Amino acid sequence: MKQDYLVLEKLTKVFGSGKNTITAVDKVNLQVKKGELITLLGPSGCGKTTTLRMIAGFEFPTSGKIFIEDKEISLIPPNRRPTTMVFQNYALFPHMTVFENIAYGLKIRREAAKNIREKTEKIISLVGLEGLSERSPAHLSGGQQQRVSLARSLIMEPKVLLLDEPLSNLDAKLRVSTRLEIRKLQQRVGITSVYVTHDQEEAMTLSDRVVIMNAGKIQQIGTPQEIYAHPVNYFVADFIGKANFLEGRVEDVISKDKVLVEVKNKKYEVFTLKDSFSKGEKIFLIIRPESVELEAKKPNTLTGIVRQLIYLGSRMIYEIKIDKDHLTVEITNPQEHKAFSSGEEVSINFQKKSLHIIPYEEIKK
Amino acid sequence: MSNTQRKIREIIGQLRLIWKEPLLFISILAIFYFLLTFVAFPIFQVFKTSLYTNGKLDISNYLAIFSKRYYFQPFLNSVILGVCTATIGTIVGFIFAYALTRTTLPFKNFFRTTATFPIISPPFVVALAAILLFGRSGSLTPYLIKIIGPYSIYGLGGLIIVETIAYAPTAFLVLYGILQAIDPALEEASMDLGASDIKVFSTITLPLTTPGIASAWLLVFIQSVADFGNPMVISGDFRVLSVQAFLQITGMYDLSRGSTLAILLLLPTLTAFFIQKYWISKRSYVTVTGKPTGAMVKRVGWYIKIPIYTGCVGFTGIIFLFYGMIIYGSLQTLWGVDSTLTLKNYIEMFQVGKDYLIDSLTLSTVATPITGILGMFLAFLIIRKKFIGRGLMEFISMLTFAVPGTVVGIGYILAFNQKTILFPFVLTGTAWIIITLLIFRNMPVGIRSGIASLQQIDPSIEEASTDLGADSNITFRRITLPMIAPAFFSGLAYSFVKAMTAISAVIFVVSGKWNLITVAILGFVDNFKYAQAAAMSLTVIFIVLIALGIIQLIVNRIGKGARNIEIIS
Repeated sequence: MKQDYLVLEKLTKVFGSGKNTITAVDKVNLQVKKGELITLLGPSGCGKTTTLRMIAGFEFPTSGKIFIEDKEISLIPPNRRPTTMVFQNYALFPHMTVFENIAYGLKIRREAAKNIREKTEKIISLVGLEGLSERSPAHLSGGQQQRVSLARSLIMEPKVLLLDEPLSNLDAKLRVSTRLEIRKLQQRVGITSVYVTHDQEEAMTLSDRVVIMNAGKIQQIGTPQEIYAHPVNYFVADFIGKANFLEGRVEDVISKDKVLVEVKNKKYEVFTLKDSFSKGEKIFLIIRPESVELEAKKPNTLTGIVRQLIYLGSRMIYEIKIDKDHLTVEITNPQEHKAFSSGEEVSINFQKKSLHIIPYEEIKK
Repeated sequence: MSNTQRKIREIIGQLRLIWKEPLLFISILAIFYFLLTFVAFPIFQVFKTSLYTNGKLDISNYLAIFSKRYYFQPFLNSVILGVCTATIGTIVGFIFAYALTRTTLPFKNFFRTTATFPIISPPFVVALAAILLFGRSGSLTPYLIKIIGPYSIYGLGGLIIVETIAYAPTAFLVLYGILQAIDPALEEASMDLGASDIKVFSTITLPLTTPGIASAWLLVFIQSVADFGNPMVISGDFRVLSVQAFLQITGMYDLSRGSTLAILLLLPTLTAFFIQKYWISKRSYVTVTGKPTGAMVKRVGWYIKIPIYTGCVGFTGIIFLFYGMIIYGSLQTLWGVDSTLTLKNYIEMFQVGKDYLIDSLTLSTVATPITGILGMFLAFLIIRKKFIGRGLMEFISMLTFAVPGTVVGIGYILAFNQKTILFPFVLTGTAWIIITLLIFRNMPVGIRSGIASLQQIDPSIEEASTDLGADSNITFRRITLPMIAPAFFSGLAYSFVKAMTAISAVIFVVSGKWNLITVAILGFVDNFKYAQAAAMSLTVIFIVLIALGIIQLIVNRIGKGARNIEIIS
């Protein structure tokens, strides 16, 4: 069965006992397909690392189950699971050479010495560490250490590769190139991977699908495009990228995937993915800053006053005030557009296809 | 610019800096003078005396080392004792450290406290307890004879048992620090790659701890070889260097032979110290920062748990048995003859021992704050200041740590019983000789904890103070001192404990006028007055506990969130 290679079923982890309990992971359901790279993305303390550690076997779930290839592994100790992990700080064994680090798991598995040598050399060249095999980890750069850690996990040919913020100890530039390398390697090997990060750019560029978590719960699962263009709630919309939220109301349900909403006394047609909105319901209209156009004031349009402008070369950022609401607008290639100055009243156009609505939520700020 | 020129310019630069801060310059000079006088000079005197016989230069003492049994036998015995104690002590310490860091052993605080308890008791109390338990009229002796036949607790066997109890805590503290500092992710990674508990232990935990194990072994070895109190009480015919040196000097008045034995005593301890400091510590994979690392997987199998837990419970039981025996023994009317329970030993102890107790308290109370302040100041100079001879300052001040008390004691009587150019006063017989000895013997630990805490403080904080116009002195008092207060007080606590329980060095410098409770206890043991000795020992332990409690209270008050006092040896 190609589908649902790794399955988490109502996975829950509660830390502490008595009155002082924290539910770190709360009834998480997830299906990962074979060869897929899934990222768990969320702010710190959202339960993503705990989820990963439960898949690895370092934590046992309080309730719920974990399956790999339909076999339940929830209570199997980490050394007997078909998973391997790339640790945040790499966790390279300081008393062993690069070669010994990478060959460690095979030696534990008691593979023949000849096999070990062949496999290790192969993977060393796969990750580009030729000539460094006799070095001690302490004498490697951060990027090289990272690759040793990856090689040490990959050589075990695990069914699922787990990566716990593997790039967070690298500098910004290296992070960008390494994440592309990881993605290429993952696709070449075709290994099913679960990747934990708090860096959304990393998640967007790497993943087949992104799992957004907050407070122990999954908020949304989807491709990077889905997550960005069609967030399901305020948290996801606010967490991924920059979003403007305008309060409004459903005027009419036009068809299964189209509704008419009223925002600031103006009506907009919005496509929806699900047909769960009903007439009269309060909503948030979500509009990304880059999907707004500004014009000189015209009658019968939505207008606002420019409060602040920031010139960034490739982009111009406007802060616009509409009644009590603020709107962030991002104009790319500002040389081709008319510039407005602070205090000027402008007309605001929304690019129709980029409009998106979510159910209204009381926002605590 | 050539290297020499650069060096000269650097030195001139440093000199100029010192010129600008005369107080710092004077302090450095003063400290060098003190270190020279009270650390180096006495040891030099021992060495010099060992080279003279009847006032004439004569190296026959050294030529006789390998031919005369009275040199060679104690040397061999001391080393054998040290090796045995260090090996068993390190194993016990490792079991405890492993149980406390890697398993779900219940009542961890209880085990931790018990395991470190022998550190705060006078060293020879354990030997006293061994005599009460297994001596000629020991409580358990009749039962033991039935099982193993006639035996004697006096000798190598008894000494190993007693010193293991006394010094395994040192090994425990070293290994506990190391095991706590190993990143748990390493063991997790190993397990993740398929290693079983035993494989994780043998391929990761053990190799990473090996330098720590070697360190612990050498530290226990130093302590065991240098130990005087326990062998004095329980060595019997098994002659060791520290006791032989003492007997030569106080019994035979043979300063030359005593000094030679002292120098022989210095050999193994200094060797061990240098191996530990300059070889092993550089091979360590683990940096002990004092910050405990993240959560650890504590899921080891029963086949690991059972032996580890048994070891912990067993050793804890033995500690309880030994110290419990001291309590029981202190309440006996006449040990081995009349076991009616009574409090008369305590009354007698206050009558006979009151003066000793007051002397001990007075001298310790004077020495402790000086030790603490001097130690901190030295740590500050070593870590934060650049001056010529800084390395030498650190070396001399740390040296005391490795020099057995016996050597220091002999050195002090040789160095300060006459006026010298270096020190134009006679100290012998005064309170000052005891106080200075306590200060300079206990200072290394203050320096060490000071260095450890200073290294964790960003120098830029102090630079900011200097930048705002404060000189070194004000910066130290107003900025550095408050930040290192917890380490300072833990240094104080340690010095007080060591001052109250000291015996090996001070026994040479006590006088009729100024004596110490530990020396008195040893006297009682010598005269088979075990019950009184037990009562006195307990009183000392009690006082030390009260003092520790008071210092802990002060630390709690000044440093919110400051760490608990850690007694490190």
